[in-house]
Amino acid sequence: MKYLHLIWGAMFRRKTRTIFTLLSVLAAFLLFGLLDSVRSAFANAGGSVAGVDRLVTVSKISFTLSLPKSLLARIEAVPGVSQVSYANWFGGIYQDPKNFFANEAVAPNYLDLYPEWRISAVQREAFRNTRTGAVVGERLANKYHWKLGDKVPLQATIFPQKSGSNTWAFDLVGIYREIDPKQKDQEDQLFFNWDYFDEARAFGNGNVGWYTTRVADRNAAGQVAQAIDALSENSDHETKTQTEQAFNASLVSQFADVGLIVGAIMGAVFFTLVLLTGNTMAQAVRERIPELAVLKTIGFSNRSVLTLVLAESVLLIVLGGAAGLLLAGIVVSAISSSIGSMLPMIPVGAEIWLRGLGLMVLIGLIVGALPARRGMRLRIVDALAGR
Amino acid sequence: MSRAGSPWRRLGTLLSTLIALTVPIALLILAPWWLLCALLLLLALWFAATRAGQQSWSVAQIGILTMPQRLGSSLVVVIGIAGVVAVLVAVLAMAAGFEATLKQTGTDDTVIVMRAGAQTELNSVLDHDSAILVSQLPQVQRTAGGQPMASPELVVVASLPKKSTGTDANVELRGVGERAWELRPALRITAGRKFQPGLRELVAGKGARAQFAGMDLGSTLKLNGQSWTVVGAFESGDAYDSEIWGDADSVGPTYRRGSSTTSVTVRLSDAGALEAFKAALASDPRLKVDAKTTRQYYSDQSADLSHFIRILGITVGSIMAIGAVFGALNSMYAAVAARTREIATMRAIGFRGVPVIVSVLLETMLLALLGGAIGAGLSWSIFNHYTASTLGSNFSQVVFAFEVTPLLLWTGLKWALAIGFIGGLFPALRAARAPVTAGLREL
Repeated sequence: MKYLHLIWGAMFRRKTRTIFTLLSVLAAFLLFGLLDSVRSAFANAGGSVAGVDRLVTVSKISFTLSLPKSLLARIEAVPGVSQVSYANWFGGIYQDPKNFFANEAVAPNYLDLYPEWRISAVQREAFRNTRTGAVVGERLANKYHWKLGDKVPLQATIFPQKSGSNTWAFDLVGIYREIDPKQKDQEDQLFFNWDYFDEARAFGNGNVGWYTTRVADRNAAGQVAQAIDALSENSDHETKTQTEQAFNASLVSQFADVGLIVGAIMGAVFFTLVLLTGNTMAQAVRERIPELAVLKTIGFSNRSVLTLVLAESVLLIVLGGAAGLLLAGIVVSAISSSIGSMLPMIPVGAEIWLRGLGLMVLIGLIVGALPARRGMRLRIVDALAGR
Repeated sequence: MSRAGSPWRRLGTLLSTLIALTVPIALLILAPWWLLCALLLLLALWFAATRAGQQSWSVAQIGILTMPQRLGSSLVVVIGIAGVVAVLVAVLAMAAGFEATLKQTGTDDTVIVMRAGAQTELNSVLDHDSAILVSQLPQVQRTAGGQPMASPELVVVASLPKKSTGTDANVELRGVGERAWELRPALRITAGRKFQPGLRELVAGKGARAQFAGMDLGSTLKLNGQSWTVVGAFESGDAYDSEIWGDADSVGPTYRRGSSTTSVTVRLSDAGALEAFKAALASDPRLKVDAKTTRQYYSDQSADLSHFIRILGITVGSIMAIGAVFGALNSMYAAVAARTREIATMRAIGFRGVPVIVSVLLETMLLALLGGAIGAGLSWSIFNHYTASTLGSNFSQVVFAFEVTPLLLWTGLKWALAIGFIGGLFPALRAARAPVTAGLREL
């Protein structure tokens, strides 16, 4: 630590070059922050701790096929099940097909299964008692500037009303908040009452899209899932029950292998970065050979020269990288409040910082290794003589 | 001090010049190939015909010939730019491939009719009577036997294990009418045979076969407790390749859809009949449907995702390009610094500033071009026809191949040239501006 000013001085010996290098490190880690945020958001879709005690039961042949409502009582009777709810995908459009968000018709007790969604008791009650009531997540409400009491019209893409109309209007009676900041995309949803939906829709009445079950003991989730599937075995509506985590993970994995794409891009970025800063460090050390020789002459050991050069390169990367991650944090919060559900992203938090810092130190060491070795092996006589 | 001013002030001038530069750079990126070729020709003429041009050419030659002495920093420019171009071209190729697959699926003379408001076939339901009514309209082409050229189709989704992971993914199962084959002339059976109407038989598209397990000829699939036999394989080079097909009348009962369908695809008697056809649909009070040409329908399906991928690619590419510009600046400043004395000597014996600027710029742009070519070539060799899949709007897998088109390679090269231009301009200006006397004194 006491050599910090020495390292600092060496680093800014050529200010322009160092600033350019810092800026390209910044660009690389800005990209790292953004991409890792997206990657983590996809990875988290299956990794939320909150969903671990919930099971999702869908039709075995495809989750787009509906299930009879008669299963409800039978699932409730399965040992180990503490609460069952059901819902149906609605797929309505708000104003323009580009404004995509999930909207679902849900049973009255659906929100009870999601304790991580905070909603006041008054609003919860209002939702139960308002036939055309709807609740939305806070982020979605902010995005479209909805307030309690607003009418939200959705254009049906799947379910026209019996009257033939495609327009469904809902009264906004509640706004919920997801408590986990990493799962904020859970707020991009609109829920409305099952009874209104089932009575008014033109077809499909009496069928549900999926059942969500809370199990009493999460360790027994596997057995409960098997027991639920056994209820409809060999019938014409066989089911497939998974934890909500597994269900989300399998859905997400169908979009694309995000990890692979992001990994490939990051590989290209960091390979380039290592080369670029490696070249800068080599240049910096080459220029300073006489100075390093002087340091050795006045008593610096080989080891401390090695450490000095390594520390300089690590500091260079960490400075640029930290600035990049800071910027990434700002950009991510700007993006998630503006385009929201289009691209899932998690805030640049401790996890990403930790991974980023690890990478910075690692790259700093790789980049500094060769020049540092050169500095260490320096023979004073040759170096001072300029040989 | 030959370098005047504080580094911060210089950084300020640099940034403001960079911003001022974005206009010509944007022009460069948007310019068509012939304009750049013309510019190149002009440059060659200038080299050959004018005195300043000849001077520039000889100075540039020295720079290019001494490049191997600065191998390290030259490589940084090349590899930095290669990285940017490789990533940019790969991501844009993904968008292009997805778009191409969906766009070539439709044609202008076939029309898809779905329930009003439905964006995708999966969301649509048409009852049997509506499907018949649509087929009977006079604008629909007739076969020689007087049958309407119409195929009522039922699109459903089956959850089947993927070959690569073993986990279930969605595949689109299309139950089709007997005219379906004539409505898609591009589609041909490559192995086995077509399914027989009325039987639980399937034919599988090329993409579906590559992705999902159990698609071999003769194997059986369990759908809702019933056994279906795969009897054939087909290929059509478009989005249908991701599907499996069966007889609509057999698929309906399996999915408890009865005789209802999701869409009717018809061929119109002539392409101009679309408006009349739409009007006829609208005037029938028994029908609540929308009609689009299949080309329009499939373009709509690809628009959002490919637009999104493009924005993503350009964003990632731009951030990487900024990094590469600073890398190139560093390298070229170092290259110019190493040649300070040589450049000062040339200027002392009468070479003017312009040849010096041109030579440094030319050197950087050549390195950039090399980097761009390597990056584009890398992208092309790895990703051209690389197959990937994603969840399409029918909630099922759409298999598509990356398409590294010549246009994308060209885009990549233009990006490389733009990066090289910025990265070389400032060092070139410095080389031309540095006082000769100071340069000569330099070690």
